[in-house]
Amino acid sequence: MDLSRRNLLGGAAAGVAAASLPGTRARAASAKKLKIAVVSDFSGPYRDIGGPTSVACVEQAIADFGAKQKGYDVEVIRGDHQENPGVGTALARRFYDQGADLVIDVPNSAIGIAIEGVAHDKNRAYINTNSASSDITGKFCNAQTVHWTYDTYMLSHSTGGAIVKSGGKKWFFITADYAFGHLLHEQTAAVVKQMGGQVLGNINYPFPTTTDFSSYLIQAQASGADVLGLANAGKDTVNSIKQAHQFGLNKKMHIAGLLIFLNDVHGMGLEIAQGLTLTESFYWNLNDRTRAFMKRVKPRTPDNYPSMGQAGSYSGTLHFLKAVDAMNNMKDVKNGAAVVAQMKKMPTDDDAYGKNYIREDGRFMCPAYLFRVKSPSESKEPWDYYDLLATTPAKEAFMPMAAEGCPLVKA
Amino acid sequence: MLMILGKPAPLLFGQLLLGIINGSFYAMLSLGLAIIFGLLNVINFAHGALFMVGAFVTWGLLHYLGIGYWPALVLAPVMVGAFGLGLERTLIRFTYKLDILYGLLLTFGLALVLEGLFTNAYGSSGVSYGAPDILSGTLNLGFMYLPVYRGFVVAAAIIICVAVWFVIEKTSLGALLRASTENPALVQAFGVNVPRVIALTFAAGVSLAGLAGVLAAPLYSVNPGMGTDLINTVFAVVVIGGMGSIGGAIITGFGLGIIQGFTEVYYPAASSVVVFAVMAVVLLARPAGLFGRAA
Repeated sequence: MDLSRRNLLGGAAAGVAAASLPGTRARAASAKKLKIAVVSDFSGPYRDIGGPTSVACVEQAIADFGAKQKGYDVEVIRGDHQENPGVGTALARRFYDQGADLVIDVPNSAIGIAIEGVAHDKNRAYINTNSASSDITGKFCNAQTVHWTYDTYMLSHSTGGAIVKSGGKKWFFITADYAFGHLLHEQTAAVVKQMGGQVLGNINYPFPTTTDFSSYLIQAQASGADVLGLANAGKDTVNSIKQAHQFGLNKKMHIAGLLIFLNDVHGMGLEIAQGLTLTESFYWNLNDRTRAFMKRVKPRTPDNYPSMGQAGSYSGTLHFLKAVDAMNNMKDVKNGAAVVAQMKKMPTDDDAYGKNYIREDGRFMCPAYLFRVKSPSESKEPWDYYDLLATTPAKEAFMPMAAEGCPLVKA
Repeated sequence: MLMILGKPAPLLFGQLLLGIINGSFYAMLSLGLAIIFGLLNVINFAHGALFMVGAFVTWGLLHYLGIGYWPALVLAPVMVGAFGLGLERTLIRFTYKLDILYGLLLTFGLALVLEGLFTNAYGSSGVSYGAPDILSGTLNLGFMYLPVYRGFVVAAAIIICVAVWFVIEKTSLGALLRASTENPALVQAFGVNVPRVIALTFAAGVSLAGLAGVLAAPLYSVNPGMGTDLINTVFAVVVIGGMGSIGGAIITGFGLGIIQGFTEVYYPAASSVVVFAVMAVVLLARPAGLFGRAA
């Protein structure tokens, strides 16, 4: 009952939603209370790219913001979405109902998009830092949502474009058979064709039940392609690359992992990962500011260095707190659209991502970095895995708003 | 080039071989399950998790103790078997007298606990483990390049399967095992310690999962979810082969590996479903499975 009543109120108008939570306002009288909910994978395949390390990054952002000194009492709560959109949306709904001012992180595009709808219904802020789908700021965009970190457009253009430029013209794709895989494959194939390359074949394999890719690898090899495009993520990518090495594919084809995180490279080991080209928008060893960030956050997550999604949760949380502080009106924090509008008004600046901004459609605009994975002998310290090959400026890294079909922009 | 149903023949030969390789994992895992079910009447849902533990133990032996692949091939199954023995003595034996569902629920819970513990300790992206030097590299077979290690896995799996089948079906030890489960009271009257026989049988079944884990470590990403990914297929293999039929599990394991291999060429999207489609057809035609004795 309560849920549906809140739903109605939240959808009706921003001010009404704020008024429906008198308890929070009363408590806020002494310290300015904020609640941030990290909805992520804490037990499944994306735990290492989100999970506890994302929580560590959110906590680091609160510390770096100086919440205590500024009179804020920020509580961080967490929920495990178990890679299930039903569980994920129920969690987000419950957290918002319990007074969460922000939901952040959320790996897995299906869940990331589903929670966008919840944020809109409840009119609360939502920063997705860990899903890939470019539809989040495309056809599903709304006034409560910001998409941080990366998307499928950025990955396909940065990694795909660079490989075609360096002579990899004939591609064969191995694609995880669900929305994310299809989008990544389609967008990369479009880039390849646009730049004069050819797509010789694509195989959609069943997700998430596939562990052996040898059959697909043999078919890729037989196709005569010179680039193997992996439109998948996580352990699937690790398994495909590990097995490609067993069949000697890496000697004949260039392997392009279209979505590989630092943590995947760590799991694979440099012996196997060396030479891969991949795109991330953050790397801890990129510059002095990222190294300073890493030094601060490391005690909170000593065994798992943050990759771009987790660093995105740091950057996003910090910017959210700055926006709340700038609004200087705790009542408006319960108005998600107002908070996000404030976030869009202010340029972002933090150690992990540097100086950037948020576009009208909710797209966080940051440069995309193309990396090459080092060989074991080139790696000088733990987690020293990448060499920077190229930087794509933010304006080119993301899809132009006109092409996205975001209803916010038309209005 | 010779074409078969629109696909080049060399590609299909390759698939046949790959199917046999995958089938050897199905066969080894379903063998352990079939032993545990056939002799103890326990549906061991923790089998996949114990396979994962076998792979992690292999990695751990190298990572922490510097013990390489060959000793691990013996040590890891023994350690997993000992762990299984502990589980049987402390938990699983209490389900023997209950409905079969209790054993299933207990082992399912154990699988979740094991996976959770390993995820907590080692994260979800897994750890890396390479093949021993002597088995790395590829062989040119003319129609495809075969990684030497995969060839080794097939050979090892066939030897293990035949040996286990022989012990259980053709030796006096096997006869004792079968008798202990068919009529424990009578066998006990002959002076045999039946609970011990049953515990050791469970340990042996589980150590087969551990052994498959060692063989899998250099092939696949060693991660806490690796058992779950396989276990559903393996259960289908056991059901198709006939619950508890040792020979059925082995033949079906290889057979389904091959069917899946061809599906991956002709219609990849169906490759995980095909096993269950076969299961449905077999159960309609022969409810006890291909090699099962009708209850």
